[in-house]
Amino acid sequence: MEVSFWFFVLISILKVIIVTGILLTAVAYTVLLERKVVGRIQNRWGPSRVGPFGLLQPLADGIKLFLKEDLMPTNVYKPLFIAAPIIALGCALISISMIPFGANIQYHGVDLFQISDINIGLLVILGITSIGVYGVALSGWSSNNKYSLLGALRASAQVISYELALGLSLVGVILRSGSFRLRDIVDVQSTHGLLSWNFFGGWQFVAFFIYIMAAFAETNRTPFDLPEAESELTAGYHTEYSSMKFAMFFMAEYANMITVGCLATLLFFGGWSSPFGHLFQPYGGVWAAAIMPVFWFVLKVFGFLFLYIWVRGTLPRFRYDQLMGFGWKVLMPLAIANIIVTSFWLAYRAA
Amino acid sequence: MYLVLFLIFGGLCVAGALNLLFQRHPINSALSLIVVMSSLAVLYLLLGAEFLAAAQVIVYSGAIMVLFTFVIMLLNAGREERTHGSKAAYAVGIPGAAALLGALVYIFLSNGKLLGPTLLGASWVVPTAFSATLFRDLLLPFEVTSVLLLVAILGAVALARKEH
Repeated sequence: MEVSFWFFVLISILKVIIVTGILLTAVAYTVLLERKVVGRIQNRWGPSRVGPFGLLQPLADGIKLFLKEDLMPTNVYKPLFIAAPIIALGCALISISMIPFGANIQYHGVDLFQISDINIGLLVILGITSIGVYGVALSGWSSNNKYSLLGALRASAQVISYELALGLSLVGVILRSGSFRLRDIVDVQSTHGLLSWNFFGGWQFVAFFIYIMAAFAETNRTPFDLPEAESELTAGYHTEYSSMKFAMFFMAEYANMITVGCLATLLFFGGWSSPFGHLFQPYGGVWAAAIMPVFWFVLKVFGFLFLYIWVRGTLPRFRYDQLMGFGWKVLMPLAIANIIVTSFWLAYRAA
Repeated sequence: MYLVLFLIFGGLCVAGALNLLFQRHPINSALSLIVVMSSLAVLYLLLGAEFLAAAQVIVYSGAIMVLFTFVIMLLNAGREERTHGSKAAYAVGIPGAAALLGALVYIFLSNGKLLGPTLLGASWVVPTAFSATLFRDLLLPFEVTSVLLLVAILGAVALARKEH
């Protein structure tokens, strides 16, 4: 069915507003979740004063950050100092637009659960995240502060090194589905429930562990948080930032975490498809068919966010040479071996 | 629609390239180069080469230019001094560049019929068709290029190696 242009624009703007709103709320509550869970891991309560169970804490934090004085240190390189957090947050928010949240349900010819369905969606996400590095690199350089500069140098070196392993780990998944389109990648995995997910049925668990470790490094999270190692670099690349500019870096980090979680869900854990396959599909009618996929998707992404926080509460930080050695000497060869084995297996099955 | 996008990003590309030359600080020049490369990606996309566009952003704007900025930050390069340059460069360089440009324009215009025109957004190459061409029909040139890159890496390692 041909969609009228203005209807398409209107629905797209609505989708963008809703998804951005949900994403930013999710970012705020991921911060709260992290503080709560890390608190429990360290045998304390975490935030519990604002609202019931501390549930209004993100709101209080937001107001606090917004009302703080926006300091501009002397001798910073102003244009880049201001542009850096915008680049970081912009790239973090844009990449969510390729993520499909639920089954392909069309309303008057417009996809309801995905902002833009692109043929090369996976590559576009990789491209946008690779541009996002400039936010960190430029913030450290323009701050005119040696801690910031050291943090930025570490971040760029780390991201360049781990991007290779990350990209290579996805090749196995792409080989299996034969497409860069995220909906195709999920469709391949949704036939037999749990058993056809790339992680289990696709034998891509090696690729998954490479992906998740490289993704931890890409988002600068513990155990790879050397760019902002507070015990050695004060706060790393965002030492000189305050108020909303600092908040933008903070939001970018958590938005990236959510995107990485979404991508891991889509690529390795069947996206929105139910772990029981089509077993319960006949029940519930149209609404259940629309809502249940979103439920499964959110549940899986939540699992990844919990894993992120769990790892942060458990593992110590890498040393710099260990970090580089691990990326180049362990993850890279392992990813290449995974590609070779997967392609041989697929060729054998096809023959 | 396609023409508007072409004009915007073509203009951005040229403006970025000029800014790259006229900026005195290396980091500004590097950032202009990123703008040039990303706008080129959009031009590729308009011509229907979607994989090339994505690869351009991931490899050039994402990886190679991060390495450039990394080196600039590592050396903490400051403002460049403006020198007058050599007289010979002016005397030979400008006519040389003009001659090269003229030759390229002549070759493209004279072979225009052979190459054939294309409309913006008219054709669309999906990654499967693209990879069939690259990895089946053009496999040998592709592999030879990768060997060339390997030789370049070995050369870099040999140059950077400390003498014992």
